[in-house]
Amino acid sequence: MPVDVDAVVLSNTQLSHDYNTVTLAAPRLADQAGPGQFVMVKATSGDDPLLRRPFSVFEILRDDEGRTTGISLLNKRVGVTTRALYALRVGDHVRCLGPLGQPFSLAAPPERAWMVAGGVGLAAFATLATSLRARQVDTTLFYGGRRADDLFSLEIFDALGVHLRLSTDDGSRGDHGNVTVPLRAAFASTDRATPVRVYACGPTPMMRAVTELAASEGRATDVSLEQVMGCGLGGCYSCVVPVRGPAGTHFVRSCLDGPIFDGGSVVWEQLGE
Amino acid sequence: MSVDLSVDVGGLRLANPFIAASGCFGYGLEYGDIVDLSTLGGIAVKGLFLEEREGHPPARIVETPSGMLNAIGLQGIGVRRFVADKLPPLRERGAVVIVNICGSTVEEYAEIARILDDADGVAAIELNISCPNISKGGMMFGSSLQGTHDVVSAVRRVTSRPLIPKLTPNVTDVASFAVAARDAGADAVSLVNTFLAMAIDVETRRPKLSNVLGGLSGPAIRPIAVRMVHECRQAATDLPIIGMGGIMTAEDALEFIIAGASAVQVGTANFVDPFVWDKLRDGLADYLVRHAVPSVAALVGTLDTTRGRTA
Repeated sequence: MPVDVDAVVLSNTQLSHDYNTVTLAAPRLADQAGPGQFVMVKATSGDDPLLRRPFSVFEILRDDEGRTTGISLLNKRVGVTTRALYALRVGDHVRCLGPLGQPFSLAAPPERAWMVAGGVGLAAFATLATSLRARQVDTTLFYGGRRADDLFSLEIFDALGVHLRLSTDDGSRGDHGNVTVPLRAAFASTDRATPVRVYACGPTPMMRAVTELAASEGRATDVSLEQVMGCGLGGCYSCVVPVRGPAGTHFVRSCLDGPIFDGGSVVWEQLGE
Repeated sequence: MSVDLSVDVGGLRLANPFIAASGCFGYGLEYGDIVDLSTLGGIAVKGLFLEEREGHPPARIVETPSGMLNAIGLQGIGVRRFVADKLPPLRERGAVVIVNICGSTVEEYAEIARILDDADGVAAIELNISCPNISKGGMMFGSSLQGTHDVVSAVRRVTSRPLIPKLTPNVTDVASFAVAARDAGADAVSLVNTFLAMAIDVETRRPKLSNVLGGLSGPAIRPIAVRMVHECRQAATDLPIIGMGGIMTAEDALEFIIAGASAVQVGTANFVDPFVWDKLRDGLADYLVRHAVPSVAALVGTLDTTRGRTA
């Protein structure tokens, strides 16, 4: 059951000029959070900005005895709320409502898991990787950024035993080009009989490209979509995703039935940017 | 001192004056796990047509200063599925259900009302003659006095349930629409629906909403909504009013009540804080105690304009 916590900021690590991770004391929320679920965040008081913003739960924090203590958020400075999150100080408060949405459905051995992340889309995958590795799934992270210093938090995935396949637009780290370059190479070197589950989170054009590339290899992709949301609880019907159904396109609320969708059923042309 | 929060709005009895606004609370059940639905004064469910509708493609909302624009396009499951699937669990949870209905024609409104009149657990019918985001129906009727009269009187003929037309602010003189609704048989009116508005992405030179236009809600519209409730109260003192428009706190609700609203609807605030209901009730009760007013009903329309008028 979702809770609304007034979480205290424990740390704010600025990873670059645009990106940071914030850790928040929120044990009641962390207790319940499943892989790929999100929280609705209000980082400022007052009526402007008015609405909360959805953020993936990045990490579940634990103390030395393994008890859950809170969550972290991976943030990219873009708008008003993300600027406020970037500038948080230890001891500040952030309201977090969650966990919300449906979690990822997990691959199981011998199936392999390929997580494909672009930019801040990485945020959906730390919890997923933890769950997958707990069940011994062979897991690879394909992660693309503009430059080498856009690739963050690799140590989290490294520590879990996740294989890393990196790419940068300028070639400064990993493959030269976008994240479909190492993904395409991985498909080329993998027998079609090998079961692989593809997960994608990042910019919409990237998720569409990954879905189409995977489909051409006969693989389905679970995409984690980041629609603009009003409430996160199914009340407003703002965050709908156009999904192909038997009677034509149907608009599905991503806060309740998502944010994870079968990429093959998404009507990408109608999704917007 | 114990205070009485209950209100009567044209025959609609509510335990407290706080109603979830239509379009902002789904069918109510979405919130059933986190909010005790029986503690709300009422729930105005998402607007229903006769048939299922898909609504507009995204983008459906955009935030603006202290407000938001929406153009959802009344996505919905249709009245029959609502009666079959949603009403029974709403009844079980003790919710006071106000069904918001919309039609493309006068006949469609009447047909939906007929179905609801036969259903168990409908406390009132709210007539959506004010949605600005659909090509046929909604504001098309509510922005003409004749259209308002036609819809209200047609529905009045087929139902004895409390009938509450929801008025649009996108007219020159909203009070004349309240009078027209009353004369056609309305038991109360609710106002205001959203203000027709627009936001543009200057980089792409495209509208920010797929529907180009949308409806503005939130604290940004509150002072205009309060003024309109005041005008309706002046023009039709005998007609109960449900006020709404950017109510975030009990104090905001009090403005509407003092201006003449017997009850209020809360929409956008619920997006920001789904637990807002307890705070609203507590804040209102505290106010009544502090001012030694025994009931909400005793506070309705108690605006003192003597100073304002002589200033």
